[in-house]
Amino acid sequence: MSNFAVTSSPHLRKNATTQRIMMEVCLALAPAGIAGIILFGFNAALLIAICVASCVLCEFVWQKANKQQVTVSDWSAVVTGLLLAYNLPSNAPWWIAVVGSVIAIILVKQMFGGIGSNFMNPALTARAFLFISWSTIMASYPASIVPDAVTGATPLNALKNVLAGTAAMDGLKFDYVDLLIGSHGGVLGETCAIAIILGGLYLIIRGIVDWRIPLSFMATVFVCFLFKGGAEMALYQLLSGGLLLGAFFMATDYATSPITGIGRVIFGIGCGFFLFLIRVFTDSAEGCSFAILFMNVMTPMIDRFTMPRPFGEVKKHG
Amino acid sequence: MAKKQNILSVFLNGLVTENPTFVLMLGLCPTVGVTTAGSSGLGMGLATTAVLVCSNLFISLLRNFIPEKVRIPSFIVIIASFVTIVDLFLQAFLPDLSSALGSFVALIVVNCIVFARAEAFAFKNSPLLSIADGLGMGLGFTGAITILAVIREVFGNGTCFGVSLMPAAYQPMAILVQPVGGFITLGLLLIVVNALRNLASKKSARKEAA
Repeated sequence: MSNFAVTSSPHLRKNATTQRIMMEVCLALAPAGIAGIILFGFNAALLIAICVASCVLCEFVWQKANKQQVTVSDWSAVVTGLLLAYNLPSNAPWWIAVVGSVIAIILVKQMFGGIGSNFMNPALTARAFLFISWSTIMASYPASIVPDAVTGATPLNALKNVLAGTAAMDGLKFDYVDLLIGSHGGVLGETCAIAIILGGLYLIIRGIVDWRIPLSFMATVFVCFLFKGGAEMALYQLLSGGLLLGAFFMATDYATSPITGIGRVIFGIGCGFFLFLIRVFTDSAEGCSFAILFMNVMTPMIDRFTMPRPFGEVKKHG
Repeated sequence: MAKKQNILSVFLNGLVTENPTFVLMLGLCPTVGVTTAGSSGLGMGLATTAVLVCSNLFISLLRNFIPEKVRIPSFIVIIASFVTIVDLFLQAFLPDLSSALGSFVALIVVNCIVFARAEAFAFKNSPLLSIADGLGMGLGFTGAITILAVIREVFGNGTCFGVSLMPAAYQPMAILVQPVGGFITLGLLLIVVNALRNLASKKSARKEAA
């Protein structure tokens, strides 16, 4: 399902349904969620539950009200709810989760025709919407509650100061271990790198997502920061913020990423490049969601220019 | 014209049936641009109405003297004169509103509602009908953008015409008073308006059938 080859018949069929794929994505997302609950406490679990419940409820109510076939059982709303929750700071109030779910499911997904028809990732768009509306709530990253947690600024903010030249690299208060287990500030599902990488690798091995997007995305970020701040900076940038979560789970959304192999590489490179630009040259320390959203909008164009010509079609002159 | 036109039907046509914002979808630039507060929405609407009524009247009066070939430049001259008058009037008597609207007042010159009514109506109809058309279209525009502006102000800022409306615990949805929010609110309003129009046309079809 992940590796579309756009060819003429005969086609191989695979026993993959939307429901099955979405359940596997939920399974892959589980480690990050469990890590988030351990790292940030009960309110993280509450937010995850509220997001999932209200996403499913929104989808159900909308489809009932419009006399459409109810497709709640395909689990796609659950995935959206999980991703939205993972993008909230763990001390966010409950209504942020509900408003975000309504935006994700009704405004972004159902109003454009439901599953497969949305042109931007619902969870990410909702996050952007919430971030612009309530920036003080959305940008307050509480520290982790586990012992020996890194307090103070999030790793990305600390790195931003290094990039700006106002702090030194050896003054950083975290190391690779902190970044890998996630005992630092951030939104509740993005901090634990190990859990996200585990889930992402599971999806790639199971063939649910194409390796091209995460790999080209992360490689671009790594190379860009290698030139900007050296190898240590590049590795830190790779492991902090929403990059891993975005690269494995959100940039790979079927409806909003290109369908051709080369198109996916272009998509990943674009995401990485814009993330680099935002993280280095703007006021904000994180730019993962906006980079992915920007490339979501570019997806139809990438598809158009990378679509292979049908056999027998003559190249147009002119 | 086959259909007999009277002043009232021309007026209602602009206000409801062919509402410039919700039905003709004209003049969307100020519709999205200035509707961050109820007062600027209302002010913009009334300023446009004033220009529209005057320009419709004078274009209609001069329609037999303006040669067909130079009608567009003539329209511009007439419309621009009234826009200048309104602009100076606002600067002199309502400086707050004038600064809130900024360049959007001057941009009424190229507002497509004003232009479309000059071309499609005033150039072909009598002065009295043209005034009715200008009033209907202008007030239809005013009503539409005031509704839009009030919705955006109430949810995006927690106030209505500057008066605090929401409980103190309410955290305003700041995105609504930003440009993005203008497009989103307009889109949602159009859904409501189209649903109402469908309902109305169904009802009238049923009445005809009975």
